[in-house]
Formats: sequence, structure tokens, C-alpha cells
Amino acid sequence: MARPFFRVIVAKMGTVTDIEKGLSDWAVAHYGAAAAIAGLRRLSGGASQETWAFEVEAGEKSEPLILRRAPGGTAAARSSEAITLAIEAALLDATDKAGVRVPGVRHVSPPGSVLGEAFVMKRVAGETLGRKILRDAEFETARTRLTQQCGEALARIHSVPLSGLPNLPTSLGRNQIDKYEAVYREFDLPRPVFELAFAWLKDNEPEPADPVLVHGDFRLGNLIVDENGLAAVLDWELAHIGDPREDIAWLCVNSWRFGQTENRVGGFGQLDELLDAYAAAGGARYRPADIDWWEIMGSLKWGVMCMTMYGAFKTGADPSVERAAIGRRVSENEIDLINLFEGLGRHA
Amino acid sequence: MHDAPSAKELIEAVKSFLDKTAMVQLQGHAAFHARVASNALATVLREMEQRPAAEARERDRLQALLKSDEADVGKLNRKLCEEIRTKRVDLGTPGLLTHLKSTTIDQLSVDQPGYSGLRTAAR
Repeated sequence: MARPFFRVIVAKMGTVTDIEKGLSDWAVAHYGAAAAIAGLRRLSGGASQETWAFEVEAGEKSEPLILRRAPGGTAAARSSEAITLAIEAALLDATDKAGVRVPGVRHVSPPGSVLGEAFVMKRVAGETLGRKILRDAEFETARTRLTQQCGEALARIHSVPLSGLPNLPTSLGRNQIDKYEAVYREFDLPRPVFELAFAWLKDNEPEPADPVLVHGDFRLGNLIVDENGLAAVLDWELAHIGDPREDIAWLCVNSWRFGQTENRVGGFGQLDELLDAYAAAGGARYRPADIDWWEIMGSLKWGVMCMTMYGAFKTGADPSVERAAIGRRVSENEIDLINLFEGLGRHA
Repeated sequence: MHDAPSAKELIEAVKSFLDKTAMVQLQGHAAFHARVASNALATVLREMEQRPAAEARERDRLQALLKSDEADVGKLNRKLCEEIRTKRVDLGTPGLLTHLKSTTIDQLSVDQPGYSGLRTAAR
């Protein structure tokens, strides 16, 4: 039992040395012989992605940067859904050109190099924690601007020409019903609310929209916000070709309102304002009712994802108390689905 | 079998140890997991108190909805899922949404009584 853990520890010891060497070599090549790496530190322990912060110091100048890296420097450990880091870097370039605020990419490191599969991007100052953005006084002005800015950012993401993009998976509404229903059935833990949601989604599926670039996880937590509002859109791992309403609705899912449930858009705004800003920035003109189907899909999807995280505890893959306890959050998605169904009744 | 201390008292003692002793001495990820552990014990305490009555109400509603005298709530829920999947029951079925709402409110009152969606449902 101890062996896998021992291998992980050894791998991690090797990792820091490799990363320091890889980054130092790159800094000297790009910033000059006097350049050096400082303050290298791991920011998150994500299973599919390592995130490190560091500075490049060259003479008087110090540039804050972020390293995104596949665990251990190899792509094998990334989940099947996630795109590769090279594709993520290419998306940052493409969306930057479309006018979306994203961190500029400084370097892309291929698999097999000293650094491993990774890329380096600018470190944008600001906050990502949803609860702080929604409550702290320093974000008061930001909160009044975020709805407009998110509408514009989404319209620009959805306007990126598909012809110039790297190869991305396609996932439309029907693909997502089938995928999450298969995961749900595999658990064999019947939940009547989810059963009703799957049945309703199948019976009420809207005409698919023209496929666009979809961010896939556009919500507080993955957005850097400063005192002026939206500073950068992060975490493009789940990007795909899909329906633009998926991104708009995901930002509305109650799990991402962080308690500010009266503000349908991310806990900070109203949907009419978001849709107006989206259309004004060149996006399609949607009505709030167009978003309902995708918000129900989003709440159901997150519920199934929480079941999956509990599943990692159940099978022993991750025996942590956190993975066990998340199974008791699935009922949050069930009440959100019921509230959404009741809302449909009121609108009809 | 005796119950001095009772299961409830033991859980309360462990929760108190986590809250007042362990959590303040831990940092970073371990402190986070200690808080999750304490919240999990709070869920267990609520469940011990609320589940018997909540599950009895759920059984009564399911038996009425499915016109069944099955006593096992798990089997009743399996039956309800099958009825929904085969379209014999849907959102328009009288009593279905009311039943699911009551059951989910009872479940969340155990799992996450502070969740915002619970306040929305109560309105």
C-alpha cells in the first residue's frame, strides 16, 4: 500500500528541481544572461493540472508569472475531458486576439522537455474567490460592472473563428445528456429528481445553435476580478465546440452564485442585463427563457459531477473526508432543479 | 448494551475536539479537512435526529403516489425512478413535484441546512 505514495514523493522531489532548471534556462534565453527565477511556489494541488507562481528577475525588472503544467510534466494524468496544455495556450492566444481579457502566453514547453508539458503565462493581479468578490467592499465598483463585462467577454469568446482553432472536442446539448446520464446510471444510485431532469431535458431539447467556441467553465472561481471588474478569464481546460447558451447558463447555475441567489448571473447580476450586453457585443439575441434548458442541464451536470467525486471516495481512489462529504452536497443540485422546474411553471 | 456515553455524545465529543483543539493547531490543507470533518459530524448529528420522521413521511408520500404498500423506501424510490424513465410519471403528474420538493427539503435540512436554494424553496 505504501509503494504508490513513495513513488509520488520521489516524483515530486524530482519535479521541483526540473521545474527550476527548465524555467531558469528559459528565462536566460528570453530575458538575457542576467535573468533568474525567484519565489517558485505551488499554488494548487489540482489532479489534472499543476499551477505554480514565480517571478523572473532581470536587472531592475521583476515580472510575475504563472506556470501551468501537467502533473509530473506528462499529459497522461490529465482527465479525458480536459484539452492539452498546448491547446489551452493556443486558445489563450486566439481569444486574446478576439478581445477577451486573458493572461498573455510567454512560453509553451513541449512534452519530453526538462520542464515537461507546460506553458508560462502572465500573472494577472486580482481575486478569484467567489465569496470575496461578491461580499468584500473593495469589489463594490467591480460588482456593478461584471454583468456587462461578462456579457461582452462571452460574446467575444463565441465569435472566435473556428477555422483558426486547434482541434477541440464537440459537445452539444444532446451529447451532454447522453454522457451525464451514462455516468449517473453507472452509479446505480437512483435519485428521482435527477431521473425527472434527464426525462425533461430529453423531451424539451431546443434546436441546437450554430456551434461556437465554448469556454466550458465560465464562472466566479475561474475569473480574475480586480477593483475595476473582470481582469482575466482563466481555466480553459474544458473548452469545446458547442452551444453558446451553455456558457451563459453555466454562469447562472445557483452553485456559482455563492449564496447570493437573488442575482441569477453569478450572484452579482440580472440575466436581462447580461443578455443585452451579449447581444450588443455581437452575440445572438437570447431571451431568459432560452437559458432555462441549459441552466437545468448545468445544475444536473454539477450534481452528477458531485456524485462522481463521492464515487472516488467510495471506490477508495481518494479516501479523503472531503470526497466523502461532497456526496452530501448532491441534494443542493436537487433543490436547484426543483426551484428551476417551479420557475418554468410560473413563466408558462 | 449501555449508552453512557451514547453514540450522539461520542460524536459531539469528537466534534468538539476537532473544533476547539485540532482545528486551531492545523494549517493549510489539514485545517480545511478538519473543518470538513467537523461539518460531516454535524450532518451525522442532524441525521440521527431528523431521519426517522423524514423517512416515514417520504414512505407515506411514495406509497400514495405509486399506489403501493411496499415499505422499503429504497425500493419505492427505485420504482419511482422507473416510472419517470418509462414516462408513466412526469412533471405534470399531480403530487410528483410536491413530493420531490418535500423530500429534498428534508434531505437538505440534514445535508446542508444553510444552502441558499433551501431558502428559495421555502418562499
